[in-house]
Amino acid sequence: MKEKVKDLINQINLVSEELISLKFSSIINIMEVCGTHTMAIARYGISQLLPKNINLISGPGCPVCVTPTEDIDQIIEIVKNYNVTIYTFGDMIRVPGSQSSLQEQKSMGKKITVCYSPMDALEYAKYHPNENILFLAIGFETTAPLTAIVIKKAKENKIKNFYIYSMHKIVPPALEMLLKDNLTNIKGFLLPGHVSAIIGSKPYNFIAEKYNTPGVISGFEPESILKSILMILTLLKNKKAKILVEYNLVVKENGNIKAIQYLEDVFLPTDSVWRGIGIIKKSGLDLKDEYSQFNAKSIFPVKQLKPINLDECECECGNILKGLKRPTQCKNFKNKCTPYNPLGPCMVSSEGACAAYFKYDIK
Amino acid sequence: MCLAIPAKILTINDDEAEVESFGVKKNINISLIQNVKVGDYVIVHAGFAIQTIDASEAEITLSYWKDYFSQNEIFQTETLSDNNNLKKNNY
Ligand code: SF4
Repeated sequence: MKEKVKDLINQINLVSEELISLKFSSIINIMEVCGTHTMAIARYGISQLLPKNINLISGPGCPVCVTPTEDIDQIIEIVKNYNVTIYTFGDMIRVPGSQSSLQEQKSMGKKITVCYSPMDALEYAKYHPNENILFLAIGFETTAPLTAIVIKKAKENKIKNFYIYSMHKIVPPALEMLLKDNLTNIKGFLLPGHVSAIIGSKPYNFIAEKYNTPGVISGFEPESILKSILMILTLLKNKKAKILVEYNLVVKENGNIKAIQYLEDVFLPTDSVWRGIGIIKKSGLDLKDEYSQFNAKSIFPVKQLKPINLDECECECGNILKGLKRPTQCKNFKNKCTPYNPLGPCMVSSEGACAAYFKYDIK
Repeated sequence: MCLAIPAKILTINDDEAEVESFGVKKNINISLIQNVKVGDYVIVHAGFAIQTIDASEAEITLSYWKDYFSQNEIFQTETLSDNNNLKKNNY
């Protein structure tokens, strides 16, 4: 295996030198948009293996990290005002809202349960008909179909005490937003493996066609990531903007058709707020009207809280998610903000860039 | 939280299957997968199979994940839940 890595690095060095001699931009920014890639890149020190002109930056690839403070605040309002039992994935409970966190609410006696699967929440609801179960539905296209299945099952089984608060988001519109602004000067994308297992490679074609930028859907082992980087550099050298699939044993051009069908049956794309980026048109998923009986946003109305002015917070997650800053450029990193006492979601989630930089001591 | 890990199918019962990875067995939902059979590998995310994966590729991926996590972390990732004693899914 080590030989393979060495060989890939040699090839990357060669292509990068060719790019330099072709007077291609002096720094080549490649953005990864998948928390699992962020973790693997940090864990295996992949950035340090690459030539100096190749710069890997983390983008909005972690669902917990891109969730805006408003959503946390809204959920806490629901918890305070209604008798609900929250079911949530573990990361969410430590994300600070503007006043409190779910963890704090839990320590104050609110019913908040960490679960592994949305199915756990539905199961609990089924056997506890006197409790209102609210599942915090978060995640990209990898996770949203699972929520869709659970909602359909809830309807089929006439379960009346199960609700979701949808924070699901879809990835391609966020990439388009980043390319439109192009503040980060992204030359290529390392595209997410498991989001793409669901949606396939086609929804990314606009990246190449409209923005003349290549992208490679990558697996998660170091070899896969290096191979994908080599593929991106080769495309750049040959001036070919294309979307290629390195993770081709799992990702099909058309994705998982059944999963896409579930998504279309249950959800409707809506405008959605991404932390640090703002509103992105049709980048969120909300329940269709025919499933409105499960929609916590309408069943448990709470007063709309003022959106948080990100400039007033001391957390740089917003800039980190856009690839404008590195965690080490945040003044709180490692002193006021650590995984034990996180100030922002990028430090809470194990897939966040700040947590990865902290854990693997990246400078 | 997007973590998705290969697992081997041990038994199938309708749209449910018992799978195993890293020696941990659990029940997952397989309704997103077509034509899956015992012995196949699937990629599991939050209690659901999201795609099939070739057996040899699954073995390579699994050995990486094993290297990646300490045993402790695998345990946490795979069982991170406040109530593991839920009744078995029986929809
Ligand atoms: S180090 Fe902490 S405060 Fe700074 S950007 Fe990361 S999460 Fe926010």
